[in-house]
Amino acid sequence: MSIDTKEIAPAPTGDLGGLAQGRSGLRTLKNSIAGVVIWGAFLIALIPLGWILWTVLSRGLSPMLDATWWQKDQSGVGAPGFDHNVRGARHAIVGTLMIALGTSVIAIPIAVMTAIYLVEYGRGGAARAISFMVDILSGVPSIVAGLFIYAIWVTFFGWQLNGFGSSLALVLLMVPVVCRSTEEMLKLVPNELREASYALGVPKWKTIVKVVLPTSFSGIVTGSLLGFARVAGETAPLLILAQYSQFLNQNLFSGNIAALPTLINTNLPNMAGDPVSADRVWGAACTLILLVLVINLIGRLIGHFTKVKG
Amino acid sequence: MGKRIDVKDLNVFYSDFKAVEGVTMTVEPRSVTAFIGPSGCGKSTFLRTLNRMHEVTPGGRVEGKVMLDDEDLYAASVDPVAVRRTVGMVFQRPNPFPTMSIRDNVIAGLRLNGVKNKKVLDQKVEESLVGANLWNEVKDRLSKPGAGLSGGQQQRLCIARAIAVEPQVLLMDEPCSALDPISTLAIEDLVTQLKEQFTIVIVTHNMQQAARVSDRTAFFNLEATGKPGNLIEMDDTQQIFNNPSKKATEDYISGRFG
Repeated sequence: MSIDTKEIAPAPTGDLGGLAQGRSGLRTLKNSIAGVVIWGAFLIALIPLGWILWTVLSRGLSPMLDATWWQKDQSGVGAPGFDHNVRGARHAIVGTLMIALGTSVIAIPIAVMTAIYLVEYGRGGAARAISFMVDILSGVPSIVAGLFIYAIWVTFFGWQLNGFGSSLALVLLMVPVVCRSTEEMLKLVPNELREASYALGVPKWKTIVKVVLPTSFSGIVTGSLLGFARVAGETAPLLILAQYSQFLNQNLFSGNIAALPTLINTNLPNMAGDPVSADRVWGAACTLILLVLVINLIGRLIGHFTKVKG
Repeated sequence: MGKRIDVKDLNVFYSDFKAVEGVTMTVEPRSVTAFIGPSGCGKSTFLRTLNRMHEVTPGGRVEGKVMLDDEDLYAASVDPVAVRRTVGMVFQRPNPFPTMSIRDNVIAGLRLNGVKNKKVLDQKVEESLVGANLWNEVKDRLSKPGAGLSGGQQQRLCIARAIAVEPQVLLMDEPCSALDPISTLAIEDLVTQLKEQFTIVIVTHNMQQAARVSDRTAFFNLEATGKPGNLIEMDDTQQIFNNPSKKATEDYISGRFG
C-alpha cells in the first residue's frame, strides 16, 4: 500500500489558523478503517486458537488429570482377561520425552556449531552453500526425513527399528530450527564485544566460547527449547521408525516405542464407538499441548534469569 | 614499559580499496600522540593497523612496515594475537563485557589468557582500577555488572581492562566521543597519568582535546572522497597548533574546513 504523505501530514497553509482547523476528516476515516481491519484480522486469527484450546481442554483435561494417566501404560489392553479400559499414557509420555531428548542431544550441538561457523567463520561459497542447505533442510517434510532414515536404517544396514531411528529422523527437522535461531542470537552480539576481546590478545575461538556464547546464551537456550517442542509433536517419522507399543519401553535403542502422537494415531480408528479410546486421544492431545507449554515456560524462565542486561 | 613505534611507507587496504597511503611516522615512547583530521581520512583505520586489529575486518590488509622497538609487527613469524597483548586498545563506545562483573571485566584479558591465581588477579583488579582512576567509585561493588556503570565509568573500566594485561602501547580510538564533558575531563586526566607508563596514541575529533593531552600531533587528510588518506604532517603539538608548516593543517585547525 502506498502512503500518500499529503494526506498524513498536510502542509501548514501559512498561518497557524490552518493548523487549528481540526483533524483532516479523510485521514481520520482512513485511520478508523485501518484500525477495524487490523483488529478484525486479529480476532479472526484468535478464533481457531481459542477453538482448539477449548476442544482439547474440554475433552482431554479429565483423562489427563487422572493419576492412572501418568502411572500406567496399556499393557494387556486387547488381551483376554484384562481391563480394556485403562486410560494410561505413561508409555507414550516417557517415549515422547526420550525420543525428543535423544534428538536434542544430537541436534543441538550440530545446530549450534553450524550457526557458529556461519556467523563467526563462514565466508564465501562454502558458507553460502551451507546456509542454503539449512534452508532446504528446514523445508523437508517430516515424512521424507523419516523415509530417508528408514532407507539407511532398514534397507541399507538391515537394522531393527527402534526409537533412536526416529530420533535421527527428527534431528533432520530440529537442526535447521535451532541453527537459524542460534544464528540470529549470535548476530545480535555487538561486534564491539568481539573486538574488545581481540584487543586484549584473546584468540578468536576463546572469544567465541567465553564472550560471544555467554552473551547469547539465553537466546540459544530459548531457541533450542522451541526446537524441542517442535519435534515433540512430530508424527510421521515416529509412525515409520518407532511405530507403536502399548508397553512402557525405556530403552531408546531397542524395540518399538510409543509416543503421544502415535498414541493418538492408534486410538483414532476406535474413537467414534469407544469413549475410552476417545479419552486417550484427547488426553494425549492435551498432554502434548501441556508439554509444549511447560517447555516454553522453562525456556522463558531460563531466558529471563540468564538474560544479559545492558 | 612503553615502546617506540616506527612506521615506514604504510599503505592500508580494504580489499582493493586503498584507504591510507604512504604513512611514515615515529611515535615516541611514554608520550601521547594525537591523530587529528576530518572524518574518513583514515586515522582510525591507520590506528587499527598498529595492533593488527585492521585485519579483523574482512579484506583488511597492509603493505609496509610497523616496527615496535626493533620487532616488525607484520613479520610472517608474528602472531597477531600476541601483538594485541602488547598493543592494547580502547574503543569509541565503552564496551564492557555484559556477562561479566566489574571485577571480571578488569581481569578478562588475564583470565582468558590462562591466569588463574586468585591473589594475582585480586591484586591486578585493584592495581588496574586505581590506574584507571575508578577504584574509589567501584571498590564496594566489584561483583556488580560492568554494564551498570555510567558511560564515563564504563570507559574507564575499559581502560582498566586494557592496562590490566600490561601492554606497552595503548591505542585510543576517539575514547571520549560518547562521553559528557566531565567524564571527558576524567579520561583526559587519566591519559596524562598513563603516559608515564605507556606509549599512548589517541584519535580525536576534538582539537582542543588534542591540544590539551598530546605531546605530538599528526594531521591526516584526504584529497577527495574515494582517494586514500595521507599523513600531512606530524610535529610537536605546540608547533602544529601555533605554527603548522602546511597550509592544509592550518586550514583544518583554524576551522576553515573539516
